[in-house]
Amino acid sequence: MSSLAVSDKSINAAAKVIQPAWVRIVHWINAVAMILMIMSGWQIYNASPLFDFRFSANITLGGWLGGALLWHFAAMWLLMVNGLVYLALGFATGRFASKLLPISPAGVIADAKAALMGKLSHDDLTRYNYVQKLLYAGIIVVGVVIVLSGLSIWKPVQLQYLTALFGGYDVARYVHFICMASIVAFLVIHVALALLVPKSLRAMIIGR
Amino acid sequence: MGRLRSLLIPGVDKRLLVRDAGKLMPDLTRRHFVAGGASLGALALLTGCDVSDSFSAEEMLKKVSKFNDGVQAAIFNPHALAPTFPESAITKPFPFNAYYELDDAPEINGKEWKFEVRGLVDNKKAWTLEELYKLPQVKQITRHICVEGWSAIGSWTGTPLRDFLKLIGADTRAKYCWFQCADTDGYNSPLDMETALHPQTQMTFKFADEVLPRAYGFPMKIRVPTKLGFKNPKYVISMEVTNDYKGGYWEDQGYNSFSGS
Repeated sequence: MSSLAVSDKSINAAAKVIQPAWVRIVHWINAVAMILMIMSGWQIYNASPLFDFRFSANITLGGWLGGALLWHFAAMWLLMVNGLVYLALGFATGRFASKLLPISPAGVIADAKAALMGKLSHDDLTRYNYVQKLLYAGIIVVGVVIVLSGLSIWKPVQLQYLTALFGGYDVARYVHFICMASIVAFLVIHVALALLVPKSLRAMIIGR
Repeated sequence: MGRLRSLLIPGVDKRLLVRDAGKLMPDLTRRHFVAGGASLGALALLTGCDVSDSFSAEEMLKKVSKFNDGVQAAIFNPHALAPTFPESAITKPFPFNAYYELDDAPEINGKEWKFEVRGLVDNKKAWTLEELYKLPQVKQITRHICVEGWSAIGSWTGTPLRDFLKLIGADTRAKYCWFQCADTDGYNSPLDMETALHPQTQMTFKFADEVLPRAYGFPMKIRVPTKLGFKNPKYVISMEVTNDYKGGYWEDQGYNSFSGS
C-alpha cells in the first residue's frame, strides 16, 4: 500500500511540473544572451544604419562600435551553445513534437479569435494553444535564421556559400536586422503576456 | 569601479578624484571607458546583474576576443578565395573612409617615397615606387567590408604580397607582417602570416586601373579581401616581418585583431 501511495504522489508531482529544469535553465540563459546580443547589435547598427534612424545610446551596449563588437562576439557563444543545447534537448526529449505540433491554420484562427475576446483558457499551462504553438515554433525558426545570417555577415569569405544563400553580404545584413526586429516584437508580446498570466512566469522560474 | 571605490579616502571629493584618475588615461581609452560605463549601467538596470564593474568586464571581453582570434585563425582556409565580381558591379563612387577628413589624408611625394622592409628578411633594401611598379601585377575586383557594416566593391591592381615576400627572402614561418603608415597619429596594423600569404593579399598600386589616388592610399595600400577594411592599411611606408605581436591603431582600441571575413 505504501509503495502505491508513493508512486501516486510522484505521478502527481510529475504532472504538476509545467517547465522542466532544463527548459528553465536554457530559457534564462537565452534571455540574458538575447538582451546582450540585441543591445550590442543596436550599437553596431548605429555605426552604419540600414534605415533612417539610430538607436538611443541609453539602450545600447558597449559605448562605441569597438566595445559593442566585443560584447556581440562574446555573447554569441553563449547564445549559440545554449541554443544548440536547447535544440538538441527539444528534439531528443520529444518536447518540440509534443508541445509545438501539430499546428493547424484553423486552430490558430480559432485560438486567436478566442484570445482577442478574452475567452482563452489558461487553466492548463502544460498545453500550449495554437497561437502559442505558432509563435514559439516561429521564434525558434527566427532564432536559427538570425544565427545563420549573423555567421554569413561575420564570415562572408570563409562561409561564402551561406552568405550567397542569403542573397549576398548586403542582403544578409537586412535579414539579420529583420530577424532582430521579429525577436523584439515577440519579446514585447511574450513579456506582456507573461505579466498578464503571472503563474506562467512562476512556472518558468520554479517549474510549477 | 570596485577597484576605484576601495581606493577612495573619506573626506575627498569622489567626483574630482575620478576625474583626475580619468586624466591619467589616454584620451580614447577615457572616452570609451566613460561611454561604456554608461551603457553598462543601463544593462545592469535591465538584467539586474552587476556588470558595472567595467574593469573586469573589459578584461573578460578582451580574453574572449583573443579566443576569437584563435577560432578565426583555425577556420581560416588559405585556399578559399574571396568572391570576385564583374566590372559592372564596382561601387561608384567608391567611399573614402578614415578617422580624418580627406583634406587631412597623407600627401605623399611618389618620387621621394620609399617602402622600407625590416625584420626577418634576407634583403632589407628599401624599395622606390619605380622599382615596385616593375613587379608583375594582377587585378582583382572584390568586396571591401568595413567594420562598421557597410561594404563596397572595388577594383585593385598590384603585386601579390606572397610574391614580394618570396622576392625579399622573408621568413614565412614568422607570425606577422606588421605594416606602418604615413597617416597622422601613425597608423599601423599587424597581418597574420597565413593571411599575408593568401593569393589575393596584394600590394596595391592602382584603383580602377588608375594610379592609386590619395583618397585610397597613394602610393601603396595593402589590399586584403579576407579581412575587414581597417586591416587594409593605406599610405604604407614600411613592413616588418616579425614574431612579436606589435599591436595596431584600431586593434589597440579594441577592434578584434584577426577580424577575418
